[in-house]
Amino acid sequence: MSGANLQPGLHRPSTPAAIVRAWAPVLGCLVLAIVMQLVVGPLLVRMGQDFAAKLLLDIGTNAILAVSLTMVNGFTGQFSIGHAAFMAVGGYVAAGITYYGSYRLFGSPDLAAGMLSTSTGAGSGLFTKGDGLFLGSIFAGGLVAAGCGYLVGLPSLRLKGDYLAIVTLGFGEIVRVLIQTQTTDTLYDPDTIAQTPAWELPKYLGGALGFSGLPSYTSLFWAWLFAALTILVAYRIKASTYGRAFLSIREDEIASEAMGVDTTRYKVRAFTISAFFAGCAGALFAHTVGVQLNAGELGFAKSFDIIIMVVLGGMGSISGAFFAAIILTILPELLRNVAEYRMVAYATALILMMLVRPEGLLGVREIWEKRTWRAIARIGRRGTP
Amino acid sequence: MLEVRDLKVNYGAIKALHGISLRVDKGEIVTLIGSNGAGKSTTLRTISGLLRPAEGDVIFEGQSLRNMPAHEIVRLGVVQSPEGRGVFPNMSVEENLKLGAFARPASEKAQIAADRERALNLFPRLRERLKQSAGTLSGGEQQMLAMARALVAKPRLLLLDEPSLGLAPQIVQTIFRIIRDINAGGTTILLVEQNAHMALQVAHRAYVLEVGKITMEGVAKELASSDEIRKAYLGHG
Repeated sequence: MSGANLQPGLHRPSTPAAIVRAWAPVLGCLVLAIVMQLVVGPLLVRMGQDFAAKLLLDIGTNAILAVSLTMVNGFTGQFSIGHAAFMAVGGYVAAGITYYGSYRLFGSPDLAAGMLSTSTGAGSGLFTKGDGLFLGSIFAGGLVAAGCGYLVGLPSLRLKGDYLAIVTLGFGEIVRVLIQTQTTDTLYDPDTIAQTPAWELPKYLGGALGFSGLPSYTSLFWAWLFAALTILVAYRIKASTYGRAFLSIREDEIASEAMGVDTTRYKVRAFTISAFFAGCAGALFAHTVGVQLNAGELGFAKSFDIIIMVVLGGMGSISGAFFAAIILTILPELLRNVAEYRMVAYATALILMMLVRPEGLLGVREIWEKRTWRAIARIGRRGTP
Repeated sequence: MLEVRDLKVNYGAIKALHGISLRVDKGEIVTLIGSNGAGKSTTLRTISGLLRPAEGDVIFEGQSLRNMPAHEIVRLGVVQSPEGRGVFPNMSVEENLKLGAFARPASEKAQIAADRERALNLFPRLRERLKQSAGTLSGGEQQMLAMARALVAKPRLLLLDEPSLGLAPQIVQTIFRIIRDINAGGTTILLVEQNAHMALQVAHRAYVLEVGKITMEGVAKELASSDEIRKAYLGHG
C-alpha cells in the first residue's frame, strides 16, 4: 500500500539530531505528565483542593476518549455510538491483568506503585514493577480494543451510510451483556487464584456486580501522559497525507474515492486507532480511585457522553474535543449547587450551545491554526460570527 | 485507449444503461451528450469504478476495469473530476490539490510539484486562493479546483462529469477553452455534457445517449450540423 511510502519519516536520515527531533514531542508529553503529577497535583492538594486534583485526572481520561472518538466521528465523518464499549473491553482486559497479575507476581492485589502512580506522589521509587505491570496492561487493553475495533469496523465500514452507528450500538450492548452474564464473581483467595489456570481467570471479572478490589494505579501522570500522547497522535495524523485521506472521506466520500483513497481501508484504520485509545482510556478509568469497574456504567449513556464532547468541540477539531472534555467534566460538578435540577441545567446548557454555535466550539478548525484566530478577531470586532 | 463494451448498469430494479458501447482513442476529446437522466454520469462512474456494471466490460489499454476498485483505477491513470464539482469544502485549495496527488508515490515528488504548477498555470485564479477554504470559492472556481485536482493526479484519461453545470456562460467559455488546452498538452479526455453546443465544439468525436442507449455517434462537427441534433439539443428549428 502506498500509504507506507508516503510517510516523510522514512526518507529522513537517522542522525542523532533527527532522532531527537522525532522523539521530542513524545518527551514533551512525558514532561507534561510528570509536571502534572509532581507539581500541579501536590500543589492542588496542599491548597486543600483535593477534588480539583481528582477532576484534573478525570479531564485527562475524558480528553483521551473525546480526542480518540473525534478521529472517527470527526475526521472520517462516520458515526460511532459505541465508544464506551471499547473502553469496557480495554478496562476489563487491563483490570484482569493487573488484578490477577498482581496476585500471581506479587502475592497480593495491593498497589506496588512508585511516585508516578500514587495520588500523593509519595510512593517508593520512581518506576516500580507494579508500574510496569500497569503500563503493560494499558497497552494490552488498548490492543484488544483495537482488535475488536478492526473486527467491528471491517464489515460495517465497507458500506456507506449509517451502518456503523447501528453496528457499534449493537456491539456496545453485546459487550455489556457478555461481561454481565458470562463472567462471575471475582476471586479473592490467593491460593485459589494461584491454582486456577491463566486461561480460566478471564471468567472471574466480577460479572454483574462489577470488578472491585483493583489496585488504583491511575494517577495524574498516567492520565495526562496518555491524554497528551492521544492528542499528539491525532495531531500528527491530521497533519499528514494519511490524515488528509481521513478528512477527505468526511468531506466527500465519492470525490475521495475518485482521488484514489481506499475509503474502506482508511475508515477501518481510523476506527481501529480510535478503539485503541478508547481501550487505553478504559484501562485508566478502571484503575482510578473510587471507580468500581462495572460494564453497566460503560453502556450507551457513557458512549453518548463522549459523543456530546465531540459534537460540542466541533466535528474533527482535536483542540475542540479537548476543550469540550474539560468543560463537560467540570460543568456537572459546578451544577451540583442546583442539586436536583442539575441534569436539567446540563441539558439546557448543551441546547443553548447548539443554538448559538451549531458547528461546535471550534467547528472543523484547530486552536493552533491562524484562520481560527482571524475568525475570533472578526467576532470580536463585529460581535457576530 | 478505452473501450466500453455493451455496458449494462442497474440501480436496484431500475435499468440505467441498456448496454452501451463506446471507444476513446489516445489524444482525443470524446464527448458523451444527452439530456438529464440519460445515463451519462452513470457511464462515467462505472468507468471509474464507483459503480459496478451488471453486464459488459470496460477495457483500459487492454486491461479490464470491471472488477477493479476505484482507488486502483485511479492509479492506472483514469481520473475522474466528479459531477457537482465534489471539492472538499472544509479544506483549503492547497489541501485539495495535495489530495489530487494522493494516489501517486512519494518518489514522484518533483513530478507532482511540476504537475501542480502546470495545473495552477491553467487556472491562475486558484493560485490567488491557495489558503482559502474550497467551500467559500465561487461555483466556477470550484469547478476549476476539481479539474486542477484531477490534473495533479496525472491522468492519462481524464473523465469530466458536467463541467459546465450551473455556471455562468462566460465561465463556461473559459472552462471549455482550458479543456482544449489540457487536451493539447497530451491528455485524453472523455467529457460528459448536457451543454451539447459547447461539448460538440471542443470534442473530436461524440456519442449521443438517450435513456440508457447510444442513439448516434460520429465526428463532433458533423453531429453538430445534423438536423436531429440541432432540433433536439441545440435549440435550432
